[in-house]
Amino acid sequence: MATNSVIGTKNKKGQVITDARQMMFEAPRTPSFYTGSEVIKEAIRRANVDVMIAYPITPQSEAAALIGELFAEGYVKEYFRGESEFAVMSECAGAAFGGARVFTTTAGPGTMRAMENFPMWSGARLPIQMIVTCRGINSPLSIQPDTLEIAYLLNTGMLVWHAETAQDFYDWILKGYIVSEEPDVHLPLALCCDGFFVTHTKDMVNLTPADMCLPPYDPYRSPVPCMDMECPPVRMMRDPFVMKSNYISYATHASWQQEVWAAVERSRKHTIAWIDGLIETENTDADVLIVSSGTAVSQGREAIRLLADEGIRVGLVKIKSLRPWPWQEIREATKNAKHIIVPEFNVVGWMAREIKASIPDSDRVVSGPRVGGGMTMPPEIIVSEIKNALGIRNAAMAGRGS
Amino acid sequence: MSKERIKIAPEFYDIMPPEYQDLVNRATYGKEDRGWKDIGSAKELIEEHSLCAGCPESMAFRYILASLPNPEDTVMVGSTGCTSLVFPHVAVHNIHSLFGNQNAIASGLKRALTVRFPGRIKDVVVLAGDGATVDIGLDMTLQAWFRQEKFTTICFDNELYANTGGQESGLMQKGFVAKMAPVGKTFDKVRLPEIARESGCHYVVQCTVSKPSLVEKVIRNAVHVAREIGPTYLQLYTPCILEIGKNSMEGLQEMRDSEKPTERFAFKEFVSEPAKQLLAELAAKDKEKKAAAKEQLAAQQA
Repeated sequence: MATNSVIGTKNKKGQVITDARQMMFEAPRTPSFYTGSEVIKEAIRRANVDVMIAYPITPQSEAAALIGELFAEGYVKEYFRGESEFAVMSECAGAAFGGARVFTTTAGPGTMRAMENFPMWSGARLPIQMIVTCRGINSPLSIQPDTLEIAYLLNTGMLVWHAETAQDFYDWILKGYIVSEEPDVHLPLALCCDGFFVTHTKDMVNLTPADMCLPPYDPYRSPVPCMDMECPPVRMMRDPFVMKSNYISYATHASWQQEVWAAVERSRKHTIAWIDGLIETENTDADVLIVSSGTAVSQGREAIRLLADEGIRVGLVKIKSLRPWPWQEIREATKNAKHIIVPEFNVVGWMAREIKASIPDSDRVVSGPRVGGGMTMPPEIIVSEIKNALGIRNAAMAGRGS
Repeated sequence: MSKERIKIAPEFYDIMPPEYQDLVNRATYGKEDRGWKDIGSAKELIEEHSLCAGCPESMAFRYILASLPNPEDTVMVGSTGCTSLVFPHVAVHNIHSLFGNQNAIASGLKRALTVRFPGRIKDVVVLAGDGATVDIGLDMTLQAWFRQEKFTTICFDNELYANTGGQESGLMQKGFVAKMAPVGKTFDKVRLPEIARESGCHYVVQCTVSKPSLVEKVIRNAVHVAREIGPTYLQLYTPCILEIGKNSMEGLQEMRDSEKPTERFAFKEFVSEPAKQLLAELAAKDKEKKAAAKEQLAAQQA
């Protein structure tokens, strides 16, 4: 049978264009010892990306520069340094409007500077992937890890995932394109990680074969016309409702916003299938649960080990996707918990708020420990928070006055 | 994209809007010598507009759309302002995203189209007001030129923020009293044509839109130079008659008055050496074509 499929053919670099399921779930994996930034490069090498636009800001600069090497080698078709994050995100939008698979990276103040673009990306249904290597956005200047910027991304209509490890990062970059380019989703993805902790540390990561890559993006599967003058309709409206004050105008805007969020909802089924559920759980029958995302989960795992030594059993919920938000999964996983401890790398505790809004008896939620501004989160302070919740006497912690 | 691509399936023909049927039947897509003279005689690429009666911007829109050398493969990028009220009526793909980011959008777009359609012409034309081009978007306007992005930037210069109600802009004349310039603007009109030249634009023109033939010529030049060489910039005076206290019949006269040799919109043109060469080649080809057509006609008549 004649087919237009490109699966099985080779690209210019000799990589075999491989069915995504086969590549991600069946192909052999090679353990490799890489930094998070190098892992981003290795994922993009296999992601069939058309355009990457870069801008330096710590801690994503190395990754952004490494993608430049991929461009020089011919794995990425177009690459340049933009003039600011606001401009870069608009340049990404332009490339996506033109039907390209687009990749970019940013961090902290860069995310904030570019913020106006993100609701526009979702409203225009551009499946751009943006890596966010979170860092402080406060003044005075900080370049240290801090996840406050994620709170601002949650209401943009973007998909937001929060990687804990370099392995998550590797798999989710590739799987992220598959989910966000689904015709019933077709939304941008902010793939977040905690800067430095993930980007600048080395970890063992199981990589898919370097001679396999994802199928290319097909812009004609988009639910909205690609702006390449290759597809009708070319006249979009008979009457612009940009600034009209009438019912049709309001209804159009309202229903489009609803549609964007409905698309976020529709991404659930794909996300669950590709990243194996929106959450991951351990021992949810325990009285105490640690619930969080990112590297706060890793610290939680250490705290669980310390408490196990003392005979205190604590369970864990790792939240992988923040948008769509797994409220049902969290309700189910926390139904037996008496104490829900939410460690976070930010001062406001946005994760705890989200959880409180999702479950009954929200006074079970302990919003903490919270560290900001680049402070580390020793497992001991999570242990201490748990003991406080259980009414167990705590050994004094330096500087806490307890 | 040819007309073939936009044709309507016979089963759906009767339910398509009449403008769309007309576009498929009578648009000037693919017509090589299309120009402002087609206005009113062939299907135009702009429907009724929602601008004020007599707005020179509406004339400019018609002239520009009639003059694009290759509308069937042109994508336009707009910005927020009065132009964003018109673009939804325009029958070439066009993008509105944010206020001021038009040259950044166009940079990404042009590069994506170059990657996706190697060896094919895909023109990108930016059309935005002076607030978008010179004030909020100046950084991205200039950076696109520094990078030698191959697209045309058109600025509709009405010397103020028209859509928000007549506030001071960077292209406003010094001394003009406006909203947000309650005692008159205190600094000179920004000299963007000169800045464009210094920033790497290969073809720069400042003029009014009083003469359609002139608009046609500079649009064609700007698009051809951008396609082959590098960035081009057109600054077109489209006075906001409402905000300068004129009547709807007075726009044309306002432009004629302002384009006199001593006035601020006197015709100004800069062409780089490579652009001069290209335009000379195109003119020679045009001449050849016309001569051949003339010969053919004479042969037919003989």
